[in-house]
Amino acid sequence: MANLVTKDITKCFDGKTIIEEINIELNDKELVSLIGVSGAGKTTLFNTISGLISPEQGQVLLDGEDITGKTGKVSYMLQKDLLLPFKTIEDNVALPLVLKGTKKKQAREMVRPYLREFGLEGTEKKYPAQLSGGMRQRAALLRTYLCSSGVALLDEPFSALDTITKRSMHKWYLEIMDHIHLSTLFITHDIDEAILLSDRIYLMTGKPGRITKEIAIKTPRPRSEEFLLTEEFLAYKREIIEALKLG
Amino acid sequence: MTRKFQNIINKGSYLVAIAVILLVWQGVCTYEVVPSFMLPSPVDVWKAFVGDFGLLMMHTKITLIEAGIGLFLGVVLGVVIAVLMDTNQMVYNACYPILVITQTIPTVAIAPLLVLWLGYDMAPKVVLIVIATFFPITIGVLDGLKSTDKDTLNLLRSMGASKVQIFYHLKVKSSLGAFFSSLKISVSYSIIGAVIAEWLGGFNGLGVYMTRVRKSFSYDKMFAVIFLISLISIVLMLLVKEVRKKCMPWEQV
Repeated sequence: MANLVTKDITKCFDGKTIIEEINIELNDKELVSLIGVSGAGKTTLFNTISGLISPEQGQVLLDGEDITGKTGKVSYMLQKDLLLPFKTIEDNVALPLVLKGTKKKQAREMVRPYLREFGLEGTEKKYPAQLSGGMRQRAALLRTYLCSSGVALLDEPFSALDTITKRSMHKWYLEIMDHIHLSTLFITHDIDEAILLSDRIYLMTGKPGRITKEIAIKTPRPRSEEFLLTEEFLAYKREIIEALKLG
Repeated sequence: MTRKFQNIINKGSYLVAIAVILLVWQGVCTYEVVPSFMLPSPVDVWKAFVGDFGLLMMHTKITLIEAGIGLFLGVVLGVVIAVLMDTNQMVYNACYPILVITQTIPTVAIAPLLVLWLGYDMAPKVVLIVIATFFPITIGVLDGLKSTDKDTLNLLRSMGASKVQIFYHLKVKSSLGAFFSSLKISVSYSIIGAVIAEWLGGFNGLGVYMTRVRKSFSYDKMFAVIFLISLISIVLMLLVKEVRKKCMPWEQV
């Protein structure tokens, strides 16, 4: 079980309200996207949920426990892979385990099967600079997954990749999502990506940022690439574009 | 084939330049453009070097020991100050101006004072070397620690890492590059520092040897010892480069 709820979160910087009364919900094994114009406060919301900053008002609840302002509870991955350039892939991936007190050698043993599952076998002893962008991102995702207690926040994880790599990452992610137990909250600018991957989509607009719409994508998962060409998909896309215009 | 040849020429061009300088120098001496008591020829310098080899090595050993102890203490002091300044803003504000002031005092000016206070043995030399070497280390390491990537720092914090863990897992290795760049400077400062300290008083060391040959107007020996000192510095700098490669394998990929 991993269930994340935010209650009326409001955060200000220098007297200016950035996000206001954000109420979102993430259920077990769900993938929920957050789409919004730049400056709507999506990253501020993520920083709040991850505990890096504390909100002026509101609460973050994980399985009913109040985790407002506490770090280390949900895992957080940013746009850049942020792998440590001086650690090998296995040590990068094992870092969250080591930080929680596992012995280095034992942590390496523990991550080995996951490296295989994430298509990273053979890269254990390599440094991040030796890997392609897609592989680095996969390693970063694996690290995020391993430090999570079931909930991961992904801030535009695929946006730095080129279109072709991005496509293959989508395909890979759709497959892996069914194997791993993870509830994911996902920020993206890419509407196609959001519809393809999500169970539900929140639209965030305005200044200060608010949740203005919630759309459930009913098409069953796993979805294939062909879904992107269906009438159903286009209907969702139209709905989102309209809503963003209104905001 | 031509490109390869070009490459060799490019890489070896410094050897050619040095050879040209030596030839011109030898020519100037052989045809007595400059009187030989003022400028010894490269051949004379080489002869002086070979002739005094045993003596030079004995002095080199002393200078290297002084430089080694001074550099070690300087590096330790430099790193400790940098870490303290990075972790505590008050320490930073308090120390920074003093650090800069220590560097504006000419080494040659304080050396006699150090001799007066600490005598003719090892102590004044080591202190002078520490003063000369800790500063580049402090500045370099501090810069390295401060320039740690903010996003990565936040990521580790979001994983629940403590300050000590962030220091150990992120900051230490992030600042390693800056540390080695500073060490390269400090290594050559340590040799120069040792020699200057020896000029002003002492019984052994390359600086002492230098003072003696100058007083006896043996300029061939003077040149020999100058070249020896710069050779030692070069070798030590190359050594730092090798150690850096060993310590930072991720830079090699």
